[in-house]
Amino acid sequence: MSEPGRGLISELEWQKSRIRWGTRTLHVLLLVGLVVIGLGPLLWLAKSAAMPTNDTISHPMSFFPHGAAWSNFSQAWNDVHVGRYFWNSIVIAFGAWAVQIVVATTGGFALSVLRPRYAPIIKGLLLATLFIPVVVLLVPLYVEIVRLPILHKSLIDSYWALWLPWAASAFNVILVTRFFDNLPREIFEAARIDGAGPFQLFWRIVLPMSKPILGVVSVFAVLASWRDFLWPFLVLSNSNKQPLSVRLPAIQLQTSLGVFLAAMFIACLVPIAAFLLFQRSFLRGSGLSGAIKG
Amino acid sequence: MTTVDERGPALPSKRGLSRRYVRPRRTPLSWIRGGGLTAVLFLLPLLFVFGAFSWYPIVRTAIMSLQHTNFVSAPTWVGFQNFAAVWHDPQFPIAVRNTAYFALLALVFGYPIPLIAAVLMSEVRKRRGIYSVLAYLPVVIPPVVGVLLWKTFYDGSSTGVFNTILHWVGLGPYPWLNSEQWAMPSLVLYSTWANAGATIIIYLAALTAVNPELYEAASVDGAGLFSKIWHVTLPQIRGILLVTLILQIIGTAQVFVEPFLFTDGGPVHATLTVMLLIYNYAFGNSLGGDFGKATALSLMLAGFLAVFSLVYLRATRSWSTR
Repeated sequence: MSEPGRGLISELEWQKSRIRWGTRTLHVLLLVGLVVIGLGPLLWLAKSAAMPTNDTISHPMSFFPHGAAWSNFSQAWNDVHVGRYFWNSIVIAFGAWAVQIVVATTGGFALSVLRPRYAPIIKGLLLATLFIPVVVLLVPLYVEIVRLPILHKSLIDSYWALWLPWAASAFNVILVTRFFDNLPREIFEAARIDGAGPFQLFWRIVLPMSKPILGVVSVFAVLASWRDFLWPFLVLSNSNKQPLSVRLPAIQLQTSLGVFLAAMFIACLVPIAAFLLFQRSFLRGSGLSGAIKG
Repeated sequence: MTTVDERGPALPSKRGLSRRYVRPRRTPLSWIRGGGLTAVLFLLPLLFVFGAFSWYPIVRTAIMSLQHTNFVSAPTWVGFQNFAAVWHDPQFPIAVRNTAYFALLALVFGYPIPLIAAVLMSEVRKRRGIYSVLAYLPVVIPPVVGVLLWKTFYDGSSTGVFNTILHWVGLGPYPWLNSEQWAMPSLVLYSTWANAGATIIIYLAALTAVNPELYEAASVDGAGLFSKIWHVTLPQIRGILLVTLILQIIGTAQVFVEPFLFTDGGPVHATLTVMLLIYNYAFGNSLGGDFGKATALSLMLAGFLAVFSLVYLRATRSWSTR
């Protein structure tokens, strides 16, 4: 981070009261704007989730005119089965995380540390997928999931239909490979001289040194699985297996506005909590995604 | 911040760990002893997942676009019939026009706002983290929640959330999603809210990487604040600016969740996008999807984006690497 006076506004300019107060005013305005725009809709959701439906419909911007309706939450959790869908979302996110970490770390280790001769070809093929728009994959992937080639089995309604295609993320592999590339080779050599084989090298040395990048990959794996709508909507037809994000449009049709808003609020909790806990990984990952695409 | 490129070019020791200095003759046994098998073992998960769920489907798209596929009988080759059918579909030009309109509006709203916000935020001296967190918060909200929440806000009656707020300043009520004219701008407004934070964070990373000595040199030469923004800041981050522009266009060209959940393409096809048309071809018909037309249209979209990106990169190359 740049220190004060070493950025766009020099110390000399900062001493001019016009610039100082102008900048401060703009910053306060920006902060107010960000609170209203970034936080406002969420605060409204939190408030309305706890308000009786009739009050929200007739006076959406009022603040608890006739008291709270905490029953919205229990109704959402039990009566429209948000509890079950929430659990489904957790299981899906956990599996997505595990499969993505396995694929990205083993692949990254092979491409960066073991470096077989044909590694550049695989890297090229990985990079190429970054340039293919996702839309191209949608239909053939669906047809493949409905009837797997060779096995002639259907993965519809199986969570593997989500975990496996999500793990084919070139972004993850490239991120991890580049991180491994920058680990000091001397340590690998030293470990090798001490008699460590490739598996020990991977498990004992490379993985423990890679916590920052694994944090970034993990956070994005969980968040992306929690966010995705179209793909789980297509491959999970049994509503008992669907995650919360897929069920929300259906829940909206089944229940009252208050209960529905409570369900939406519950659906936001995990990503928001994860974001506040792992801010650094989120913001770094977001910056990195720009660097990779660039 | 940038752990990725810190070291610049890869270390000089190109030699992989497993490779030997003296390799007499390559036999299967020496290959295994030299670690060839270990490398393959480590690559297996990657090769399986990418082979089955990325490389193979990409190839299969091209095949399916030339076939007539259903799940009952074997696929038959039909040449370019699928492409012709899409081309002559009366909904095709509507979808293309709407998608272009969405992308254009998203650019007008979504491109300058994050840049201005990021430049302002880069000069925040205390507690910059709060700004970043607030800006990024909408990005972590799941799109389904965001869309359905905003759908409630967009309620066209006079007691809708936005209409209530606008009523305080004497405006409205507006029909929002119910109007052919306003439906698309409403979608773009939501989309900008949902995505601007990610762009802001990318710009912030680029802005903090600008060498402060450039600003000092400009100050010494007597440059004012706006002159510094114009002559130092913007040229320094132009690479990122160009990349986010093309990425935003590629992203908005594939917009799906917004039109699908807000309006389902309505009212009267006013928000029917290309991606939604692909979805309708493949999954919209309960009697069985037309996968040939769907893959043909997705290839057309991908082809257009590829040509567009190439032309764009060619046109801006001299400017971005100068």
